Amino acid sequence: MPELVPAAYDSKIEGNIIITRLDAAVNWVRKNALWPMPMGLACCAIEMMAAASSRFDMARFGAEVMRFSPRQSDVMIVAGTVTYKMATVVKRVWDQMAEPKWCIAMGACASSGGMYRSYAVLQGIDQLIPVDVYISGCPPRPEALLEALMKLQNKITTEPAIMDQKMELLDSLKEYAP
Amino acid sequence: MSTANVAAKLEGKFGNLKKTEFRGETTLTVPLEAIHEVAQYCKEALGFDYLIDLSGVDNYGEEPRFEVVYELSILESNTHLRLKCAVSEDTLEVPTVSDLWPTANWHEREAFDMYGIRFSGHPNLTRILMWEGYPYYPLRKDFPLAGKESNVPEVAFTKPIPLAGGPFVTAPSCGGSDDREPRAKPVG
Repeated sequence: MPELVPAAYDSKIEGNIIITRLDAAVNWVRKNALWPMPMGLACCAIEMMAAASSRFDMARFGAEVMRFSPRQSDVMIVAGTVTYKMATVVKRVWDQMAEPKWCIAMGACASSGGMYRSYAVLQGIDQLIPVDVYISGCPPRPEALLEALMKLQNKITTEPAIMDQKMELLDSLKEYAP
Repeated sequence: MSTANVAAKLEGKFGNLKKTEFRGETTLTVPLEAIHEVAQYCKEALGFDYLIDLSGVDNYGEEPRFEVVYELSILESNTHLRLKCAVSEDTLEVPTVSDLWPTANWHEREAFDMYGIRFSGHPNLTRILMWEGYPYYPLRKDFPLAGKESNVPEVAFTKPIPLAGGPFVTAPSCGGSDDREPRAKPVG
C-alpha cells in the first residue's frame, strides 16, 4: 500500500488559514461589533437600557458599546418619539456617523409616529433617514431589540461589503490589472 | 386669609371686577389695563406668593377672542384665587407678570408659543416648545389637528399628518367637547 503524502501540506500554517470571500470576512467583522448610537428620545430608551443591562445583555451580540459620539458608532437606534424640533438633530447626528452605518427604528413612534398623530411629531424617522430594521411595540420588549439586532446582523451578511462601497477604489486599481 | 376675604378686598380696591363662583372656586375677571396692578396688589399686599399656573384660552368665535388665566395661591393659608383677563385678537398684548412671579417667565412663553399672545415687558419672549420661525400658533382653535406645512431651512419642517378624516378630527369652535370632538364621527 503506497504511503499517502498530502500535497503541499505545511503543518506550520495549515489550520490557521480560512479561505473565504472578502465580503463575507468583512461582513463577519462588521456584524459582530455593532456599536450603537443610542438615540433615546422617549420611553423606548428605557427598554434599550434594559436590553444593554445584564439581564438581557446585548453584549452577547457585540452591541454593548453604546457610543455617545456619532463618529464612533455603526448603528443608530432611534428609540422614541421624534418631534420635528428633534428630527433635524437626529438627522445631523446621523450625517456625522461614518459609513457603513445602519439604523434601527425602535418602537411605534420612531417607525410611524405611533399614537402621536400630532402637528409636532415626525410621522416616522424613515422620512428623514434610511431605516434598516423596524421594531413594533410600544415600547418593544428588550428581546425585540435583540431580535432586531440579529435581523440587522443577518442583513449585514448579505450586503456586498466591498464591491459596492469600494467601487471607486476598485476602479482606481483597474489600470494596474493586466 | 380666606378666598372670600381676598376677593372682598380686591373688589373694594378695584371696583370693576366681575366675580364668579364655581364649586367653591373664585374667579375674578380683570380688565386688561388693570391686570398688572391687580396682580401686583395680590402679590405684595395680599401675600399671593405662588403663581400656580398661567395659561391662555382661545374662545374662538367670541369677542374678545383670547383669555389669559392666572391661578394664584397663598401657600401658608392654602388660599386659591383665579384671575381672568380677556384680550382681543387685534391688540393681543398683555402686560407680563414675570416681574412679580419669575415662574411666569416660561408660562408666558408657552402662552405666546401656543396662542400668539404677546406679553409686553417680558424679558425673553421667544417660543418655548415649537422652534423659532414656526409660522403658526398650534393651540388656536382654527389650527387643524393634522397641523400645517411649514419649512424653516436647517431648523425644522412640518407636514400635515395622515388622519384620513378620522374620528378625532376636531371642529374649530369653542362649543362643548361633544360638538368639537365627536368621538363617534362616522369614518369615511
